[in-house]
Amino acid sequence: FALYFFLPPPAKYGGRHTVTLIPGDGIGPELLNHVREVFRFSCVPVDFEVVHVNSALETEEDINNAITAIRRNGVALKGNIETKHTMPPSVKSRNNLLRTSLDLYANVMHCQSLPGVQTRHQNIDIMIIRENTEGEYSSLEHENVPGVVESLKIITRNNSLRIAEYAFRLAREKGRRRVTAVHKANIMKLGDGLFLQCCREVASGYPDITFDSMIVDNTTMQLVSKPQQFDVMVMPNLYGNVVSNVCAGLVGGPGLVPGANYGRDYAVFETATRNTGKSIADKNIANPTAMLLAGCMMLDHLKLHDHASSIRNAIFTTMNENRLHTADIGGQGTTSEVVQSVMRIIQSKGQLTAEF
Amino acid sequence: VGSPAFLSLQRERRCLGVCDGGQMQTVTLIPGDGIGPEISTAVMKIFEAAKAPIRWEERNVTAIKGPGGRWMIPPDAKESMDRSKIGLKGPLKTPIAAGHPSMNLLLRKTFDLYANVRPCVSIEGYKTPYTDVNLVTIRENTEGEYSGIEHVIVDGVVQSIKLITENASRRIAEYAFEYARNNQRSSVTAVHKANIMRMSDGLFLRKCREVAENYKDVKFTEMYLDTVCLNMVQDPTQFDVLVMPNLYGDILSDLCAGLIGGLGVTPSGNIGANGVAIFESVHGTAPDIAGLDLANPTALLLSAVMMLRHMGLHDYGNKIQTACFDTIRDKKVLTKDLGGNSKCSEFTADICRRVQDLD
Repeated sequence: FALYFFLPPPAKYGGRHTVTLIPGDGIGPELLNHVREVFRFSCVPVDFEVVHVNSALETEEDINNAITAIRRNGVALKGNIETKHTMPPSVKSRNNLLRTSLDLYANVMHCQSLPGVQTRHQNIDIMIIRENTEGEYSSLEHENVPGVVESLKIITRNNSLRIAEYAFRLAREKGRRRVTAVHKANIMKLGDGLFLQCCREVASGYPDITFDSMIVDNTTMQLVSKPQQFDVMVMPNLYGNVVSNVCAGLVGGPGLVPGANYGRDYAVFETATRNTGKSIADKNIANPTAMLLAGCMMLDHLKLHDHASSIRNAIFTTMNENRLHTADIGGQGTTSEVVQSVMRIIQSKGQLTAEF
Repeated sequence: VGSPAFLSLQRERRCLGVCDGGQMQTVTLIPGDGIGPEISTAVMKIFEAAKAPIRWEERNVTAIKGPGGRWMIPPDAKESMDRSKIGLKGPLKTPIAAGHPSMNLLLRKTFDLYANVRPCVSIEGYKTPYTDVNLVTIRENTEGEYSGIEHVIVDGVVQSIKLITENASRRIAEYAFEYARNNQRSSVTAVHKANIMRMSDGLFLRKCREVAENYKDVKFTEMYLDTVCLNMVQDPTQFDVLVMPNLYGDILSDLCAGLIGGLGVTPSGNIGANGVAIFESVHGTAPDIAGLDLANPTALLLSAVMMLRHMGLHDYGNKIQTACFDTIRDKKVLTKDLGGNSKCSEFTADICRRVQDLD
């Protein structure tokens, strides 16, 4: 999904790419280990530079190290870093810090119904582009009067134009017909009004793509009754959070959908719904699909398309034909069983692989 | 007090309350615009058939300019509501250029309607991909992201302020737990985004936790907004009562309405500070079918049922609800939006007949 004018990733030494890996908390470390296992097995020319971020620390040293590493390598694969409630409010979400410092302004998620997964709705194919740096996630809060807290939601013309431009260009690149802007401009007249106006301005430059808008509460209602009507959706940060989680739930859950965060210079890949999954960590029941597919998105970004396709096909074969499902999608397989199946299928296709 | 004469007098009084003429309670009825009048008439007919002890006082709430130039609702409407304390409202149109603010907003401010309650129960007979939904969303209705405070900082940078106060958060949390207790609900879940909005949602969450301490008989959990959305579309049966600030409430209550079939079948109630409660249908005025006897009165009817329950008239409420659901399940006289092609009057007549049969 990178824009056509993106420069090739810089950290390539001797034909091998170096990618920053942030294990995070909960199911992050085990799923990323599986990704590394699959990559090593398929002889993918990627070396991972692991950077740990300790969510229990109040200082920002860890996350700053991670950010520096990503600046160095240009690309990262990460698990979700937990935000502990017991910490004082001055300790901001580490994930958010990472996104804003690297200016990863576009969060892209592609929700597609998978034939092998049973869900209430079929034939869903929605691309969600969510503004990733401002809006309600500006982390600007203050308590002027005791007992009264103000939280600021910032919408800027530049960022709105930027994300709208990204959405339309992506839509054109992927041959999509319609872009829907999701907003609440009837209540937040200035803020979301500005966002909507910027979308309309950009839309006028793309006459081949239909543009319409929908209020966020109506959007969620439509999504649970008729999700097939949506094509590409673009929206500010918080509504993006809601809509992307609703869509992920519609296609089968958090274990299936990968997500990507793109900036002008950097790209960070993770699962789309960014769950820590503390309750299922280290039990070998987490679904590795989302993280593996995120890894494939990363490989596509690094222009290693052959590797990306082979791993992706193996994942889909496991999911749709072998029907090897983990508990979250109604099966009884373990994480390692799914991963072994993926590796077996890759090997059976006759490509170069390491020792099993 | 325990003498036989006194007890027989009590019995007589109770009988009078059940039969026509005794213990009538006044409800302020606001028919609204568009299809409002016809669905209000439908509800009144059904209540008459059920012999519910309700006396309707119709009022119009179109804003007028009061002394001092401030917009307000007509004084007779306010007086009626202050007296009866219970209101039933149809859809109101929000005019674009009339100069006055949204009527719903004005009503909210006039009566300090701080809690919006929406019970979402799957309607047997109206099939949606989700079955067995049975949850209630309680939304803080006065502050949060809808404070309406916005500024243009510099050209191209807009700031919207989300306000969370201790008092409002405590009030809504208390209402949520009271509601759970009074309606035999087992758990209350606070929905928030305190990982990102540390201070504001953090304050809301803290207040919910504090109030939960006083209601140990109700289970209290907290969940991130995105997790709730994710789980809601996969398995809505895991949720019971949800309490949340304004914006999340707006989105989630509409999401839940979508699960059971949309705004045409969803009831809603607004609870105010001085014992005032206004129950309403939340769909639009549908000007294209207004006056054509095609409207579906279900949403307003179920809101009226909610109102009866609020007033303690559970028997009447259950009777009317059963009749309504039976009619929908039967599928013989459904309005167009429910998949049939009957008229509103036919639908209403069927419910009236069933209500009378249930007696």
